[in-house]
Amino acid sequence: MSILNSLGDVFGGDKQADRIVPPTGFTARLTSFTAAAMAFLTVFALALSLVTGRLADRWSAELAKTSTVRISAPEAQLAAQSTAVLNILKTTPGIASARLMTEAEQHALLEPWFGSDLPLETLPIPSLIEVVEQEVGPDMEGLRLRLTAEAPGAVLDDHTRWRRPLAAAAARLRLLGMFSIVLILGATAAMITLAAQAALAANRQVIQVLRLIGARDNYIAKAFVRRFTMRATVGAFVGMLVGMLGIFALPAAAEEGAFLTGLGFRGWHWMIPLVIPPIAAFVAFWSTRFAATRSLDRMA
Amino acid sequence: MHPLIELKKAGFSYGGGDIFRDVDLHLTKGSFHFLTGPSGSGKTTLMKMCYQALMPDTGTIKVFGKDVRAMDRDDVAIVRRRIGVVHQDCQFLDHLSVAENILLPSQVAGRDVTQDVANLNQLLKWVSLTDHMNALPPQLSGGERQRAALARAVILSPEVVIADEPTGNLDWDMAQRLLNLLIELNKMGKTVLMATHDMNLIRASRQSVSARVLRIQGKQVHLAGADL
Repeated sequence: MSILNSLGDVFGGDKQADRIVPPTGFTARLTSFTAAAMAFLTVFALALSLVTGRLADRWSAELAKTSTVRISAPEAQLAAQSTAVLNILKTTPGIASARLMTEAEQHALLEPWFGSDLPLETLPIPSLIEVVEQEVGPDMEGLRLRLTAEAPGAVLDDHTRWRRPLAAAAARLRLLGMFSIVLILGATAAMITLAAQAALAANRQVIQVLRLIGARDNYIAKAFVRRFTMRATVGAFVGMLVGMLGIFALPAAAEEGAFLTGLGFRGWHWMIPLVIPPIAAFVAFWSTRFAATRSLDRMA
Repeated sequence: MHPLIELKKAGFSYGGGDIFRDVDLHLTKGSFHFLTGPSGSGKTTLMKMCYQALMPDTGTIKVFGKDVRAMDRDDVAIVRRRIGVVHQDCQFLDHLSVAENILLPSQVAGRDVTQDVANLNQLLKWVSLTDHMNALPPQLSGGERQRAALARAVILSPEVVIADEPTGNLDWDMAQRLLNLLIELNKMGKTVLMATHDMNLIRASRQSVSARVLRIQGKQVHLAGADL
């Protein structure tokens, strides 16, 4: 409750008390700029965290429910082995559907790598069977053994090999994003503490006068806390707006570059950056209060 | 009658040397004291001990009956609202107007400043600064600054007024004018302690006020006698 009261004092308290601190251009600009820059970076760190989270979920969801059987065999045996594999898959519990991919689909898959002019029909391309799993998937090890026995050229790929490192990388990126936000908050607190200490030292004479006429340290501290908290809040608000505009201006998500172009907020995630100015105010409040208490103790 | 400010065997040293030793001082309600002595004799130091800007190394100081050693910083702030201080260099907040500076004690005490505006107008009239109320302190002359500092010192109607060489930078007429304001305050029941090295000013006050003259000599405070 006392924290709320103190923050209430800062934003709605004795505005006249704010005037006792002389306007100091440099520390004012430094505090506002720091808060704006940190808020801007926080928006990007948030966006990075959110997009990596989304990617991890999407990759896991998309890849987890599908697998592929690749059949590499002499051309004469290819059709027979494909049919055998399809039959095995149809009778395997846990498999929703299995279908042989058409030549056109295979061409479409290879086109990004080889271009559209390459005569793919002249190359020995393996057959591909797309397998869609049920909610509870098949026994992959048992399926592999059956395929090896009945279709020696068939290789089952359940995408685990791809999924695990991708999910791990996405989780690591999300963690790095969160860690960056913590670092940004810490750096903001340090910068505002230093700026507040500089302002307090520069206003030593003002503090002496205020003490002479009967001002309590709490009153003096509040005047500085209010000044710095307001500056940091306004700076953070501007930084947040610019950051959000930057994110908004990024090209829309496209299949070809889902990671880079997918960096952004979706739906209610656009509301998340709105917490940055209040958090900046909270950090500035406690940083300045800490700096003011220490400085006033030293000047006692 | 209990003294408002009482020093008993108070001592203060600085840089390894004594400034005072065993100083006794009693400021009773309604008294007027001049504190005199050569430059560097410790007048300012003694006054700072009276309003707790400095603490004694030895002995005791009681302000309004309370031992200063038993006070925390909040207590000191409250006590200072009962003691108006006028410095030789005035100590204003130069970015605030004269009127805002005079109202500062009221503001920091958490009083409703709008209710002190009538007080302010009376005070400005009393110190003849009504025309300068919106000026910034650096725009005032030396005498005007001292009068503004006196107005600020008394806005909360303190029981004690301590003036540290307030006439040091003023010409004779202006010094007398300021002294008369302090004498008026004393006649209103305020206790006044004024430091000055100007003996002529002290002599000139004799017809208007019954003041005690304290002289700092040999690291001690003596009551000055007929040799004044």
